[in-house]
Amino acid sequence: MSDPTFVEARRRLEAKDRSLRDKRVSLAQAAALVKDGDHVAIGGCLYSRTPMAVLREILRHRRSHLTLSRNLMCYEGELFLAAGATRDIITSWIGIGLPWGLSRVVREFVEGGRARLEEWSHLAMGLRYRAGAMGIPFLPTLSMLGSDLQKMTTAKTMVCPFTGARLCLVPALFPDVAVVHVHRADCLGNAQIDGYPHMDADIAVAASTVILTAEEIVDTEEIRRRADRTAIPFFAVDAVVEVPYGAYPHECYGLYEADLDHIGGYARRVAAGGTEAVRAYLEEYVYGPETFEAHLAQFGRDRLLSQQRAARELTG
Amino acid sequence: MPYTASELLAVTASRLLADHKIVFAGVGTPLLASALARATHAPHLTIVVEGGVIGLEVQPGRLPISTNEMRAGRRAMMLPSITQTFLYAQRGYFDYGFLGGAQVDPYGNINTTLIGPIDRPRVRLPGSGGACDIISHCREVFIVTTHERRRFVEHLDFITSPGHLAGGTSRSGAGLLFGAPTRVITDLALMSFHPETKRMRVDALQARVEAQQVRDHTGFDLEFPQAPPELPPPAGEELEILRTLDPDRIFLGS
Repeated sequence: MSDPTFVEARRRLEAKDRSLRDKRVSLAQAAALVKDGDHVAIGGCLYSRTPMAVLREILRHRRSHLTLSRNLMCYEGELFLAAGATRDIITSWIGIGLPWGLSRVVREFVEGGRARLEEWSHLAMGLRYRAGAMGIPFLPTLSMLGSDLQKMTTAKTMVCPFTGARLCLVPALFPDVAVVHVHRADCLGNAQIDGYPHMDADIAVAASTVILTAEEIVDTEEIRRRADRTAIPFFAVDAVVEVPYGAYPHECYGLYEADLDHIGGYARRVAAGGTEAVRAYLEEYVYGPETFEAHLAQFGRDRLLSQQRAARELTG
Repeated sequence: MPYTASELLAVTASRLLADHKIVFAGVGTPLLASALARATHAPHLTIVVEGGVIGLEVQPGRLPISTNEMRAGRRAMMLPSITQTFLYAQRGYFDYGFLGGAQVDPYGNINTTLIGPIDRPRVRLPGSGGACDIISHCREVFIVTTHERRRFVEHLDFITSPGHLAGGTSRSGAGLLFGAPTRVITDLALMSFHPETKRMRVDALQARVEAQQVRDHTGFDLEFPQAPPELPPPAGEELEILRTLDPDRIFLGS
């Protein structure tokens, strides 16, 4: 665990350059901001707005000893475990999705003692990021009281000094790096999200370094015209990359539906072959294609367009 | 009309949902039950899901597989952040919560974390997600699951979602002052919790189910009423609505 205390986390932010500057970089340059041993917080939720393009690039950089945190972890967790990039995952739930059952890979790693899974309730994950985003060391909640989650984590209980009620305290998360995919951003890093906000705004502000990928880079004037849509302020952001379909094969609200056939195909391969099947998937979809565009070409233009049409139908 | 266990669970659960209330549902059976209630006796029931949706309306044939995907947000009244959604629950806005579970004990505690020792589990399950939060904050929580001996066990390996803990007043003693599991809905019976001991007991049997069947499929002692009433079986109309909602039978089973 590389989490700084709230004091160190504040000092880190104070030392950062907050100037209004062009932060556009390549995916490779953005991924290079992640160092071995970092705690990387992943935006989105399950298979929604997962920053797949940048996660893929981090895997291609062959990072190791990362701690991954996310509210609900989809198969990106399996990819990082099988790649040897992480042994520590902090989440409230890990799998692929309800119809696909238990994660065979997570079972192999956790039951084999080769990975540590730290489980919190979903609200507790949200409050841990929120506490980080607030610059304070913890937040109180009524969640997790009486559960064994409270006993197996670093959560503590206290008696409320005002009312005498029992409270559960969840410690702040200060990720080293947050990776977030949004609908649009300007080159300064002002980020706008359509549809579900998930926990991205808190994750970004809690982290020391923020990598933003956006479906579209827009002029700052456009951001100013819809300032109420801005979820993450430029001063929290360190790198901006324009990546259309940057969450694919996961979904991006209103723009493209998740490729459930692909995810189901992955789930079947892994149910049959376990970790070895994930390694084969990594070769085929992560290490093989040199660029994200080449990766998208593996799905084909027709597929991408049909996922786009489906999204428009649903949200139009 | 013949029906599957999942259809029976969805129908039984839907009948417990009153109109003009707010239900915190998950995908699968809870969402089908809630959508069925809206289509029948509870048109003003508001569905909330944890991905961050207030006022979900299911499009037949396009059921969401997760609570945070586009399909779940269709025609929503609000898409709050996940943290905010759970904070509405903690604040006390949600009348009903729905949970499933790998293991359930006589006090409605639920395990979805692991089987075996904590430090070296024999089976690592997916974890809480929002389950621990839902059971801690919603006013009435319904546990919905198929009735199997391996699920209904006297002792859990791990309490992911706290029900009535050790019974009596132990839940409020732990600081959980609001809400609690109130009903357990299975394909064999409808159950509740004794007002004082908080131990699970049978209220009614599903149609054509004998008390002995329930005993055989439960890993702990259950109290039965002298002559347990029988629940009316799913009506043709209820089954038709469910099958329209899930024509590919993703969640209804076969």
